[in-house]
Amino acid sequence: MTLEEIKSEIEASVSGCQLEIVNNPSPSAQHSLRIDAAHAVAVATYLRDAANLRLDFCSNVTGIDWPAKEVSEKIKVKKIVDGVEKDVDELRKTSIPGSLEVVYHLFSVEKKQGPVILRMSTGDRDADVHLPSLTPVWRSAELQEREIFDLYGVVFDGHPDLRRLLMWDGFVDYPMRRDYVDPDDFEYEPTAHDEVLARAQQHLREVAGQSANKVEAR
Amino acid sequence: MTTIANPTAPTTPLFKEQLLELSMGPQHPSTHGVFRMNVVLDGEHVVKLKPVFGYLHRNHEKIAENETYLGSMPYTDRLDYVCPITNNWAYAIAVEKLAGLVVPERAEYLRVITGELTRLQNHACLLGFLMQDMGASGTPLMYAFREREKILDLFESLTGARIMCNYMRFGGCRTDATAEWLGQTKTVVDNFSGFLDEFEALLVGNEILMDRTQNIGILSKELAISAGISGPMARASGVDYDIRKVDHYSIYDRFNFRVPLGANGDVYDRYMMRILEMRESVKILEQAIREIPGGPIVDPKAKIRGFRPKPGEAYGRIEAPKGELGFYLISDGSPNPYRYRVRPPSLVNLTILEDLCIGQNVADVVVILGSIDIVLGEVDR
Repeated sequence: MTLEEIKSEIEASVSGCQLEIVNNPSPSAQHSLRIDAAHAVAVATYLRDAANLRLDFCSNVTGIDWPAKEVSEKIKVKKIVDGVEKDVDELRKTSIPGSLEVVYHLFSVEKKQGPVILRMSTGDRDADVHLPSLTPVWRSAELQEREIFDLYGVVFDGHPDLRRLLMWDGFVDYPMRRDYVDPDDFEYEPTAHDEVLARAQQHLREVAGQSANKVEAR
Repeated sequence: MTTIANPTAPTTPLFKEQLLELSMGPQHPSTHGVFRMNVVLDGEHVVKLKPVFGYLHRNHEKIAENETYLGSMPYTDRLDYVCPITNNWAYAIAVEKLAGLVVPERAEYLRVITGELTRLQNHACLLGFLMQDMGASGTPLMYAFREREKILDLFESLTGARIMCNYMRFGGCRTDATAEWLGQTKTVVDNFSGFLDEFEALLVGNEILMDRTQNIGILSKELAISAGISGPMARASGVDYDIRKVDHYSIYDRFNFRVPLGANGDVYDRYMMRILEMRESVKILEQAIREIPGGPIVDPKAKIRGFRPKPGEAYGRIEAPKGELGFYLISDGSPNPYRYRVRPPSLVNLTILEDLCIGQNVADVVVILGSIDIVLGEVDR
């Protein structure tokens, strides 16, 4: 069953859902289906229960971070320069807002088919990070969604037990985000060398105001 | 929630007044690493169990995203450090899907041989540990490790390392096997059935073992599928799902082997599943060693330096000894993966730990955890 057929079947059964096929240009040709957050649970339940699909096995759940980026492209614009019309290159900058994406890889144990790949995106990754949890549909998402909450900061509404999984409870940042900065604790590095040594020295200069020689002595 | 109540759970608590909170781990010999369970006990019975993860977390995925594709290959050894070769294999399959590489015939055979040897040594090792957890101190573990060591010797002579093999490359394998090595492997494989017979004769009909494992930690088929349980654990619950048969990856459809299935889904079934799977692995190995052709062992188109797959994404998975091991990669055309994700079977199989343990005795928690077969290097990554 192709992804187009699955898409039209979902559209026929779940009213109001917005689906979009995301093309994958690599040789793997694993194309995916972008679903909207509002209808995610309904779409997921349909995929699990539909008699010809029976995607009962949610294998992999993962997050992706897409930071905001500026894309600059050159556009030829007609302008009148010194009374003569000319093609002038103009640099136009468009900013793409950042978002967090969650990907579900679904298989069917009963029909032995798959993968069907679902994607969901949050809004702005700094302000609106809520997505519906699919744990009520597939229990296997429970720990994996907790991991995404822990490492990316996506808040899954409807998750039964949303706590940090791998990091400790008092930890504040989200380590898997692209703009995560390592904590500046290089003074504890037991065998500082190369760039680690340089950072350790800089740290000591900044924080403790000590001379850099003490690090070298270690 | 599709939580299904454990059929053996007592309906009313025995001692209402006193619940005991117990922290098992992280330094507990039965947790096979640094893993903690917060257990609430009603007398001897488990009322609540919350696993605590992350003691071995080093953010493997982040490190791999700052590394080249090939640079992460040795690091995948450290995920499930009991079976490094299957980790290499899953990663290689994901990259091959992403870059469209074709693996030569001989390399596929070498992958199957080393992969199935890995399954043998993982399962042998697990059975030894499970016996150890049940109090059969020493002897079964030493029997199992005696066999495991023979396989590790084979790995050492083929790859240069007993455990951290770093054997696969994108589009092939790193070193070629000599005829002598294949001969040695054949001897080990031929003698392996004898070990299994011995192990079964010693333990399968043992009354204490049956008492400790039968009807303990029953996992229903519906919950197993819903919770994404894979590998021998799912098949012990009767889920007919073996990725070697379903995905037809590598050359597994050339070999004649069966997929054993359990009926009850208790610890005893999970234990027996490993023994039956080892017997099937021995069959696959015998066929693979007999049929292995000559030829190159790596795709000549595969670049080692300047390896940059075209933008796109791929999810590759294999039937690792512990279950479905998958790698999800996104390439943005640079030498490093934009996203590198490991789908660890051990972590996902732990989802239902609480469901299995509720209502059981505290001593059974150790046995149930042992039968799930976890490695913390992979759970915490």
